[in-house]
Amino acid sequence: MITRALLADDRTGKWFLAIVLGLAIVVPILHLAVPETSPFHISTATLALLGKYLCFALLALSLDLVWGYCGILSLGHGAFFALGGYAMGMYLMRQIGTRGVYAHPVLPDFMVFLNWKELPWYWYGFENAWFAFLMVMAVPGLLAFVFGWFAFRSRVTGVYLSIITQALTYALMLAFFRNDMGFGGNNGLTDFKDILGFPVQANTTRAALFAASAVALALGYLAARAIVSSRLGKVLVSIRDAESRTRFLGYRVEHYKTFVFTVSAIMAGVAGALYVPQVGIINPSEFLPANSIEVVIWVAVGGRGTLAGAALGAVLVNYAKTTFTTGLLAPYWLFALGALFVVTTIWLPKGILGKFNDLWERWRSSRAEKTETKPAPVPQLAE
Amino acid sequence: MLKRRNVLAGIAATALAGGALLAGASLAQAQDTIKVGVLHSLSGTMAISETTLKDTMLFLIEEQNKKGGVLGKKLEAVVVDPASNWPLFAEKARELITQHKVSAVFGCWTSVSRKSVLPVFKELNNILFYPVQYEGEESERNVFYTGAAPNQQAIPAVDYLMSKEGGDVKRWVLAGTDYVYPRTTNRILEAYLLAKGVAKEDIMINYTPFGHSDWQTIVSDIVKFGSGGKKTAVVSTINGDANVPFYKELANKGVKATDIPVVAFSVGEEELAGLDTKDLVGHLSAWNYFQSVKNPANDEFIKKWQAYTKNPKRVTNDPMEAHVIGFAMWVKAVEKAGTFDVDKVIDALPGIEAPNLTGGISKMLPNHHITKPVLIGEIRADGQYDVVWQTKDLVPGDAWTDYLEGSKDLEADWVGKKCGNFNTKTGKCGS
Amino acid sequence: MHRFTRIALLIAALAGGWLTGPATARAAPEDLAAGLALMAKDSFNDTAAGIDAIARSGAPHAAALIEALQDRRLLIGGSNQKIYYRDAAGSVRDAATNEVVAAPPADLSAARMNNRVRTAASAAMGALSLMNPDPARRIQAAQAVMKSRDETALPVLDAAIAAEKDATVRTELQLAWAAVTFVKKDATEAQRLEAIALLRNSGTRDALSILRTLPADTAGPAREAATSAISSIEQRLQLWGYVQNIWYGVSLGSVLLIAAIGLAITFGVMGVINMAHGEMVMLGAYSTFIVQEFFRGYAPGLFDYSLAIAIPLAFLVAGGVGVAIERGVIRHLYGRPLETLLATWGISLILQQAVRTTFGPTNREVGTPQFMSGAMEIGGLVITWNRLYIVIFAALIFVGLLLALRYTPLGLHMRAVTQNRRMASSMGIRTGRVDALTFGLGSGIAGLAGVALSQIDNVSPNLGQSYIIDSFLVVVFGGVGNLWGTLVGALSIGMANKLLEPYAGAVLGKIILLVAIIFFIQKRPRGLFALKGRAVEA
Repeated sequence: MITRALLADDRTGKWFLAIVLGLAIVVPILHLAVPETSPFHISTATLALLGKYLCFALLALSLDLVWGYCGILSLGHGAFFALGGYAMGMYLMRQIGTRGVYAHPVLPDFMVFLNWKELPWYWYGFENAWFAFLMVMAVPGLLAFVFGWFAFRSRVTGVYLSIITQALTYALMLAFFRNDMGFGGNNGLTDFKDILGFPVQANTTRAALFAASAVALALGYLAARAIVSSRLGKVLVSIRDAESRTRFLGYRVEHYKTFVFTVSAIMAGVAGALYVPQVGIINPSEFLPANSIEVVIWVAVGGRGTLAGAALGAVLVNYAKTTFTTGLLAPYWLFALGALFVVTTIWLPKGILGKFNDLWERWRSSRAEKTETKPAPVPQLAE
Repeated sequence: MLKRRNVLAGIAATALAGGALLAGASLAQAQDTIKVGVLHSLSGTMAISETTLKDTMLFLIEEQNKKGGVLGKKLEAVVVDPASNWPLFAEKARELITQHKVSAVFGCWTSVSRKSVLPVFKELNNILFYPVQYEGEESERNVFYTGAAPNQQAIPAVDYLMSKEGGDVKRWVLAGTDYVYPRTTNRILEAYLLAKGVAKEDIMINYTPFGHSDWQTIVSDIVKFGSGGKKTAVVSTINGDANVPFYKELANKGVKATDIPVVAFSVGEEELAGLDTKDLVGHLSAWNYFQSVKNPANDEFIKKWQAYTKNPKRVTNDPMEAHVIGFAMWVKAVEKAGTFDVDKVIDALPGIEAPNLTGGISKMLPNHHITKPVLIGEIRADGQYDVVWQTKDLVPGDAWTDYLEGSKDLEADWVGKKCGNFNTKTGKCGS
Repeated sequence: MHRFTRIALLIAALAGGWLTGPATARAAPEDLAAGLALMAKDSFNDTAAGIDAIARSGAPHAAALIEALQDRRLLIGGSNQKIYYRDAAGSVRDAATNEVVAAPPADLSAARMNNRVRTAASAAMGALSLMNPDPARRIQAAQAVMKSRDETALPVLDAAIAAEKDATVRTELQLAWAAVTFVKKDATEAQRLEAIALLRNSGTRDALSILRTLPADTAGPAREAATSAISSIEQRLQLWGYVQNIWYGVSLGSVLLIAAIGLAITFGVMGVINMAHGEMVMLGAYSTFIVQEFFRGYAPGLFDYSLAIAIPLAFLVAGGVGVAIERGVIRHLYGRPLETLLATWGISLILQQAVRTTFGPTNREVGTPQFMSGAMEIGGLVITWNRLYIVIFAALIFVGLLLALRYTPLGLHMRAVTQNRRMASSMGIRTGRVDALTFGLGSGIAGLAGVALSQIDNVSPNLGQSYIIDSFLVVVFGGVGNLWGTLVGALSIGMANKLLEPYAGAVLGKIILLVAIIFFIQKRPRGLFALKGRAVEA
């Protein structure tokens, strides 16, 4: 099978997929079937949290694909995430129907509120699940394609690219904050009722959304792994390490970059779409440049260029965030987060998983030396 | 070199883990207390406003415990930091309710944070006291709105400015930050002004983004609009951070309150604390409370608050008073119900009366809003307000405004009709 | 009522000379008494009416009374709610008799004020001080009358114009006369035409505002003259409006320049992406706050000089923190620009939270020194002093920096290290030290930006965040490694923003600009003024 072929050489990946798919099965069971009194029961709060972590993990994975393997440091990946989220949010808004406070059959509450008379054209079609789900991938994908097409063709690289991706998400944030845009302004989209006919707040729906997030993460991992372990992936890595040389060898660097950037944006969009029904709101602050920068640190903490590490980083950092923002330590959370950035970049440049892999390799090679084998080359990250 | 890195990474990891343990330990507390959730941002952009409210709640709970708690039980505040992040508000609300089993939550500032937590409060059936003036157009069973609805702030302020005493204003600039509260308030005001015979061309509406800092163009537009030969006033729903540069530009351009008065709905003592007010004397704010209101209840509150915060200059403001009233109402409702049970407390709350700090008695209405006086204050050189006008009676909060198409037929009544959006035309709840 | 008597009395009072005996004899005590009785009610409408009555009473201490009201020295109290006032010397006087009260009642409270009362008081003071010996006061008075357009002041105005020697004051008085005459019901056509001509010549917005209140009964030549005057002033103001917009653009541009120029050093010269740059600006602003607090506490009289201390202090504080960051963190990350971005972002979070913990999350008050508040007018252009000083300050920093890079040993070393680090190192330049100092310089300049921004923006922990994206865009747009590029970038972004704003609105204008910059960078990936080199990848 393809999967097996992909994972043949990927020890971490096997573990990662096993854990993620295991979670997809075990967590919903523990949530739905185990009685609340049992210590093994997973509460709705925990389920929602875990679901959120998985969506973030997929987002981190998508960023790692472009940053870790192609050297494109996007500081605007939150924009793709948010666009996917908005597409999903629009679908969910249209599902509310007459259950809104003004009971308008077509217009969402905020439009009634602002005295809009009819649905803007870009809301058409979002009442259909298939259309909305298509848009979840199409909108971020298209934006990334167009943006990438221009940026990579004119060889905007490195820091410059980072800064204009940041400008992109910032511009989108300002745009979505505008009430005239018809996306609910600062309040965003909220108070969702149904998804595919099931109430979003029901435990079974939550469990299903969680499972869907886990499956999406697993699929995202497989897709990313397929890309990076193919011949194309090798070209990507060579672009990362020596872009000009790759170009001189006759590769159309911009095509590779645009492709991987678009795929990554689609993954981020899917993550956003799964995130929205689980947290119950989508709002322009998802476009905040600071959010996108935070995603980068998840990847850096977990291990850039390791895929599984990125996902791990997202979960770890967000777990820490959840823990730190309650109780006495709440005001000091930013100190911890800030210190994490500094510590990781200086002392853990390869992240947790990278470090672990290094140690593992060293341990193996020290064993191998005894048996007179050549040590496996350690992949180096170059800048 | 590598060794050192390892060690340092290890230290960092230990520190993180230790922090997590500490945080965990603070959660495990004695069970004979009743927990009250405090859901205000302590970091991020909203910390500027919300931190004070967190302190207020801690202060109120401490005071209540000094009096012996509620129903013989001590209260314990559970403080969480939603970090000005709206999805995090929902998550933290869920955490407060399911993990900490709080009996009520006092929190939120922005409308979006309230909208974000609403589904959680509905699903898990708990109580939220929301202390900030807002756009209305909402009434939920689980939420009690102790801040002002538009009819308790905006409309009286405009009435005052239109009066002879207030300056006989004929021309209006409605300036706001582009989000739902200014949008709604301005729509309501526009409808109201047109109904009062103000011509359409005598109303200018302007929206700016959050944190707007360069006001040169807009202030000169206002001055230009003000030279139309009629007395002009600005109704400002400019939010938070953008106010300081706005007022600085006004002061420097020499826009005096006697020429073009600015009446603000989101600027209070706390916001003025960051400004030099000597050039702003006479500009106005409309609130339901000012620190400078003279009466024994307020004097005592200010004295205790400043002692609690150990800062003799610490100011009080309107949303703080809303929490004071809301908390007092909750305590009374719990005592009336004889239990902390959420459903019973929700049912007990309408009709509860509690003294406000301006000398009146506020009452919780069946629509979950409260009665409040409306006060208009002029800025003084010392950063406080002179109350120049005040409603004779308390004004009942109106959840659904009468000036908007969609909402004028709606009515909220959680006592008789058990409905937050009862349509008087169709006679049905919700449609 | 007895308008003519009153006017006659007023003229008599004035003719009798300012504050001299004869006027007292001919005053109308019933007006004073009525005015005081109205004021004693302490309701705004009554107080305003009371002011008018007192002003026309001709009582010698009428001006003193109204001034006392304006300064909140007018007191109400006693057994029968009588009016007193505290004079400049601090003793309490009876308002009716103007005699010092030895034992004032204990329950005196200041009369309440609002905008209506303030307007009435300044109008009355205007009419009363038209003959004041101080020319500045006379100008104020004339402007107050122009605003109030109080017909009863007309005879005094005539007398004042006749007696006026000072040309500037005379113009102001005439304008006031024109304003009053223009709206006066029974003005003759000749008077009205003269008034219109005067207003038209002044060409100000105030004049326009008056002309627009053309009484409905005006007909014939006066109406025509007024209409043409309105359009003439409007045209003039529109032209000035364009100039004004350009000035706004320059002003916004210089704010951007001041915020970005430190970044141009750290990012442009050193290639370090300092995401904590905004926090350096914030530290500068907080240094200003601390210095001002110190002045408020210990030397309030010298407050206007506080910025003289704040500027070097902000430079040192931010520069010191910058050196510490460079030595502590960035040193380990050279050659890895994206990692420095992350590490400095972490530092920015720490600094923000540190300031929030130390100073609290709320805005801090940074005062504006006297010489920086207010505005000046050049023709139809209103230039606020604080903005003008910021433009000058930005220019000084820019020139200073250029000179420092060109002519100081540090500048020489900096350029050497930028151009060829290894070569410079071989020539004996201690590159590490140069790096630290360069970063310190960039941060210190950010600190200076903080001093400037504290004058126009919030001083809060979020201050830096709001400028960081704009600063980066300015540097990238202008071209990295080139101070002139930063200057041109800042000014053109500022200008474009301000020229777009009137048409697209503040939000949409900014979005359009951001998109335009994104497209621009696609076209010229190295910015406006790219450093030319042979490297394929700079």
